[in-house]
Amino acid sequence: MEKGEFVAIMGPSGSGKSTLMNILGCLDRPTSGTYLLDGEDVSQMSKNELAAIRNRKLGFIFQSFNLLPRLSAKSNVMLPMLYNQEQDIPTAEAEARAVTALESVGLKERINHQPNQLSGGQQQRVAIARALVNNPSVIFADEPTGNLDSKSSVEILELIHRLHAEGATIVMVTHEPRIAQQAGRVICVMDGLILDNGNNKNTPCMEKREEA
Amino acid sequence: MKLSKILKTAWEGLMLNKVRSFLTTLGVIIGVASVIIMLAVSSGAEAAIADQINALGANLIIVSPARGIPGSARTLVIEDAIAIGESVVGITGYSAEQAPPAQNIKANNVTLESIAVIGTTAEFPQVRDYDVALGRYFSSDEDDRKAKVTVLGAGIASDLFGGEDPIGQSITVGSTKLTIIGVMESKGIVSDVDYDGRIYLPINLVFQKFMITSSLRGDRVRTIYVKAESQERIESVIEQVTVLLASRHDVEVSSPDFSVQTQQDIISAQEATTEAFRDLLAWVAAVSLVVGGIGIMNIMLVSVTERTREIGLRQALGARPTDVLMQFLLEAVFLSLAGGLIGVLVGIGGSYLFGILGEMPMKIVPASIPLAFGAAAAVGIFFGYYPATRAARLDPIVALRHE
Repeated sequence: MEKGEFVAIMGPSGSGKSTLMNILGCLDRPTSGTYLLDGEDVSQMSKNELAAIRNRKLGFIFQSFNLLPRLSAKSNVMLPMLYNQEQDIPTAEAEARAVTALESVGLKERINHQPNQLSGGQQQRVAIARALVNNPSVIFADEPTGNLDSKSSVEILELIHRLHAEGATIVMVTHEPRIAQQAGRVICVMDGLILDNGNNKNTPCMEKREEA
Repeated sequence: MKLSKILKTAWEGLMLNKVRSFLTTLGVIIGVASVIIMLAVSSGAEAAIADQINALGANLIIVSPARGIPGSARTLVIEDAIAIGESVVGITGYSAEQAPPAQNIKANNVTLESIAVIGTTAEFPQVRDYDVALGRYFSSDEDDRKAKVTVLGAGIASDLFGGEDPIGQSITVGSTKLTIIGVMESKGIVSDVDYDGRIYLPINLVFQKFMITSSLRGDRVRTIYVKAESQERIESVIEQVTVLLASRHDVEVSSPDFSVQTQQDIISAQEATTEAFRDLLAWVAAVSLVVGGIGIMNIMLVSVTERTREIGLRQALGARPTDVLMQFLLEAVFLSLAGGLIGVLVGIGGSYLFGILGEMPMKIVPASIPLAFGAAAAVGIFFGYYPATRAARLDPIVALRHE
C-alpha cells in the first residue's frame, strides 16, 4: 500500500476483514508474518509502543462515531493530543489545533456542542476531525457511513474524498460495492484470505454482494 | 501523558456523575468523621476524668487499707494519720476520713433518708482543694473536743433549706443534734462520689457517736489523704509514709497491709478502662472506613464496565495501559481524598456539635486528622487499584465493540 492511496476493504461478515483492519490499525498483532508501517515493523511491538504508533501515525473513524458523551466537540477532538507521548502539547495549542480541524470538516459553528446536540453526520465529522488532528500517516475508516442516512453518507464520503485529494492515505472497510468502487483500489477478503488485491473493480466480493 | 492532564481527565470523569460520586464518597466521609469523633469522645472523657481527679486536690497521696488482705481493714487508724503529720517531711497537711453507715437527717422540718456522713479532720478543705462556700469549716480544736457541729454539702443545704441561710440552724443526724456552721462549695460527682450530697462532721465525733455499733476499733479510718508540698516531693513522701506505716503496723515494706497511691495511679487505672473502650471505638470507625473503600471499589468496577467503550476509544487514540490505569486509579483516589477532606470537616464540626448538644467533654486528638486522612487516601489507592487494572487490561478491540 502506498502513501496517498485510497483503499477499500470488502468481504462478507466473518471473512476476516475486521481482523485485517485491527492488525492494520495496530489494535491487534499478527500471529505470524510482518507488518511494515512507514518502514517500521510493528508486528513485534509492545502494547505501549503500539499505543504510541496509533497515536502518532493512525487516525480512526468508526461506524458508531465513538465520541465521548458530555464532552464538547472541541474536547473530543483534543483527545488524541492528550495521549501524545513524544511532546506535551500545551492546552492552548491543542485547542487551536482542534478548532482548525473542526473548521476543516465544516463544523466551525459547532465546536462547543456536545455529541447529543449534533446530527449523525455532524458527529461523524467531529470523529473525522479527531482522526485528522494528529496528522496521521493513515486514516482507517470502519464502515464510516454505516449508521448514516443517505444524504449524510454522501457528505461524509465527499469529505473523505477531499481528504484523499489533499494527500491523505485512507483505508476504508465497507459492505457496499457502490462505496467501495469510489476507492482507488479494492481488497477483497474471504475466509481469511485476500482474494483480490488489485484494481479490478469486479471482484468476487462484489458479485456475491450483488447476488444476495 | 503529564500527571496534570491525567488529573484533569480523572476529575472530568467524576464530574460526569456528580451525585454518584458524592454518594460513593459518603462511606469514606462517615468513616473519617467517625474516627475523629470517636477519638474526640474518648480522649474528652479521659481528660474530664483526669480533671476531676486532679480537682480532688493537687499533689495528693492517698493511703487506704490494702484490699484482699484479711484484717487489714481494721489496721489503719487515726493515730497513723497523726504520726504522718508529725514525722513526714515535705507535706503541707493531711486529712483522715471515715464514713459510718448512712444516716437519716432532719432539719427545718425536712427529713432526708440515707445520707452519707463523712468524718474528716480539720485540714480537709485545704488538703482536698474543696472550699467552704458559706460559714466556715470546723477547727482541729473542735475536732479534738468532739464539738457537735457539721458542714453541709451544697446539695444537702439546698434540699433542706432552699434559699434560706442554714448557718446556725440545728440538724438532727441519726439521733444526734448538731449545729450547722458551714456549707461547702458545689463540687458535683467525681469518680462516682456525690460530694454535694454528703455532710461533713469532725472525725472524732464520728468515732464517738456513729462507729460504736461496730465491733471493730472505733478509731479506724478508711482513707488518709496526704498533701505533698510539690510534685517533686511526692516520691519522697510516698517512701516516708510507706516506711512509717509499715513500722507502725509491724509489717514488711514489701508486703504492706495498706496501699499508697497517687492521683496519677487512679487516673491511670481509669484510663486503662477507657483505653479499651477507645480502641474498640477506633476499630469500629476503621471498619466503616473499609466499608467506604469497598463502596468505592464497587462503583469503580461499575464505572469501568459502563465506560468500556470509552476505554477502548482512548486506547485506539493512543492511551497506554498505564494512562488508563492512572486515570481510574486517580478517580478512586480523588473520591477517597474528597471523602477524607469532607470527613475531617464533618468530624471536627461533629465533635463540637456533640460537645455542645450532648454536653459531652470532647477533645479532638490532633493526630487523628492526618491519621484519618491518610487512611482515606490509602483506602482509595487500595480499593481503586483492582478496578483500574481491570480497565488497563481491556483489549482495545473487545472494548470498542462492547455495547
